[in-house]
Amino acid sequence: MQFFGGSEISPLPPAPTASGNNAHMMYVFNRNGVCLLYREWNRPLHTLNAQQDHKLMFGLLFSLKSLTAKMDPTNAERGNLGVPQLPGQGCSFHSFRTNTYKLSFMESPSGIKIILVTHPRTGDLRESLKYIYNLYVDYVAKNPLYTPGTPIRCELFNTNLDQYVRSIA
Amino acid sequence: MAAIYSLYIINKSGGLIFYKDYGSAGRMDTNDSLRVASLWHSMHAISQQLSPVAGCSGIELLEADTFDLHCFQSLTGTKFFVVCEPGAQQMEALLKVIYELYTDYVLKNPFYEIEMPIRCELFDFNLSQTVQKDCVALLGR
Repeated sequence: MQFFGGSEISPLPPAPTASGNNAHMMYVFNRNGVCLLYREWNRPLHTLNAQQDHKLMFGLLFSLKSLTAKMDPTNAERGNLGVPQLPGQGCSFHSFRTNTYKLSFMESPSGIKIILVTHPRTGDLRESLKYIYNLYVDYVAKNPLYTPGTPIRCELFNTNLDQYVRSIA
Repeated sequence: MAAIYSLYIINKSGGLIFYKDYGSAGRMDTNDSLRVASLWHSMHAISQQLSPVAGCSGIELLEADTFDLHCFQSLTGTKFFVVCEPGAQQMEALLKVIYELYTDYVLKNPFYEIEMPIRCELFDFNLSQTVQKDCVALLGR
């Protein structure tokens, strides 16, 4: 059968788009599930409308965190499935990969979740996500005109973010 | 030191048909393993919806802080997933071997009802052999 000896089915990395970004899209959520930022650079397929897409993404992450906390093989006492975990409590995942994309995830201690969706052969993006979180702190959290919990509308953040993501090959 | 912590096999509807633990701290009871399996089945399906590109077949690898989870989905929708140490190599190959054992000792068993929990001695026996062999190979390097 073909798949027993076959090579990986991963597609080639997408050709850089006009803006030169190799990432597909990015989400930033706060701890209540409000989508603070959604950036899209290269997304040929939209399955759901924006609202449902955000909710589904947040729901998926919430459930995956709950799953990893429960499945943690190194922790003898595990909480019950479905109990909301505090940021940093319980084993959390940092990325998952499918045959068409790789999703990298980072949660700050304040509950800000940063999600970056890239092509499947991307390496470990944990450091990159930390850098993006620093950009968030500098351009958004320190912005006196920004109200926490509302969608981010900071030009400087967007520009710096685009520039940085372009540089992550 | 086990090469893998545990193995789950779920049928195409998401029900757990096989679960074997090889050394997690604190064993999960039956109900929890059933819940975890169904949850994984749903997450696998949802991840296909969120793909930016067409043709997604679900999560193949989940990397967490203390473990990795490798998943293999057969053409019929049966999913095999293993929980192993972070960075463990050759898990894809192991999953394919387990799939072969499943087709040989479970599906070809005339007394086995499809989609039901697996209770085949030969499958258990050969599976332990494979996982042990994997252990030894790892320790030997």
